[in-house]
Amino acid sequence: MATVSSSHQSHEMGLHSEQLTDRTQQVFFNAEESANFTYAWLPEVDINKSADVDAADMDVKDVNIQIRELMEQGVGTINLHNPGSMHGLCVGILSRLQLNIHGSLGYFGCGLIDGPNVNISGRVGWSCAENMMAGTVVIEKNAGSTFGAAIRGGDLVCKGSVGSRTGIDQKGGTIIVGGKTGAFSGFMMQRGRMVILGDAGMNLGDSMYDGTIYVGGDIEGLGVDAVPAEMTELDIQWLTAKLALYGMKTPNGVENMQKIVAGKQLWNYDNLEPTEKKLVL
Amino acid sequence: MTQDIDHYLTSDGLDSEREKEIGQTIGYRYDVNLVPDMNRITPYLQSYMETMGWSDLNWLEDVHMGYEEERAAVFDRNINGWVTVPDNITLPDNQQDRDMIARELLLKFQMSSNHPMVTLRKAYAKF
Repeated sequence: MATVSSSHQSHEMGLHSEQLTDRTQQVFFNAEESANFTYAWLPEVDINKSADVDAADMDVKDVNIQIRELMEQGVGTINLHNPGSMHGLCVGILSRLQLNIHGSLGYFGCGLIDGPNVNISGRVGWSCAENMMAGTVVIEKNAGSTFGAAIRGGDLVCKGSVGSRTGIDQKGGTIIVGGKTGAFSGFMMQRGRMVILGDAGMNLGDSMYDGTIYVGGDIEGLGVDAVPAEMTELDIQWLTAKLALYGMKTPNGVENMQKIVAGKQLWNYDNLEPTEKKLVL
Repeated sequence: MTQDIDHYLTSDGLDSEREKEIGQTIGYRYDVNLVPDMNRITPYLQSYMETMGWSDLNWLEDVHMGYEEERAAVFDRNINGWVTVPDNITLPDNQQDRDMIARELLLKFQMSSNHPMVTLRKAYAKF
């Protein structure tokens, strides 16, 4: 483990001595200032400028570095060939980018991304797009378990079937599965939307805190505190538009999908908090 | 939500006996499951979507206008804190339009060169 230096740049910048109490962001920010569409520290890329990367004889770190370097050169479209199901590929991309992956990914592919549009022609392993913040990821074939774990935003689409615990700890965004999903999908879901066009395995939405799950097929069983709800006209409009984006349809029509939400019977920690404080004191 | 849209701006929002006892509102102060009405999108958000290559609001679908200490605000996940809506912005009378304002404000804040992440990145980024 690297030694932590006490003379870190953050000390020189005064970040350890400034007064934080009662600070307001309005001191620093004006809503009328000229607006960017990407983070201020990231390079602008041109979607019409493209490059090819052949990962056949590269290790995963070198591939990820090459993608970053290409983006710094303004490349906005990257075609990745021969990914070879390597783990941890194409992670940490924080800007807009059209990334076309010709092949399959291993574990934790496209994790921690914030903005790119990714197309994957093959399959993906466990935890694809975990902690995804924004953008789109479309997988043409099947995906492993914990698909979209802890996703916070964006659209994550698998046109085939996925394993168990899809969207575990989902905190936002939309997960769409064209086929079936395994047991415990939506486990501890907190917000966001999950759309399953096929069947869902046992304990769907177990311990979900909030969010919405739509299922087009059969549900083997609901988990603790997951309850059916009525579809609204806004639900139908949103589902119709979202599925059309990816050329997907549910066999029985979106209006006949089942909607599952949190029963909110587990919303009890606020109630327990005063008692717990007394115990501590 | 069926209650008055300004409920959390004109009151302390402590409605139940339990909320009064613990001094805080239980649960979100907005409907996290409310899907956006795209007919109400602003020109700035439309330009953002086109730039990013998206046909809808993508991650901004999860952004709503909330209320923090009786002020309208939007939650910024990048700083894990609330950004209050400036007083000179008039709030519309419905949640859908308020949500669009919140999305635009949050986007401008996050992409600003004055966002706290810019300074933090300069101080702590490893690569």
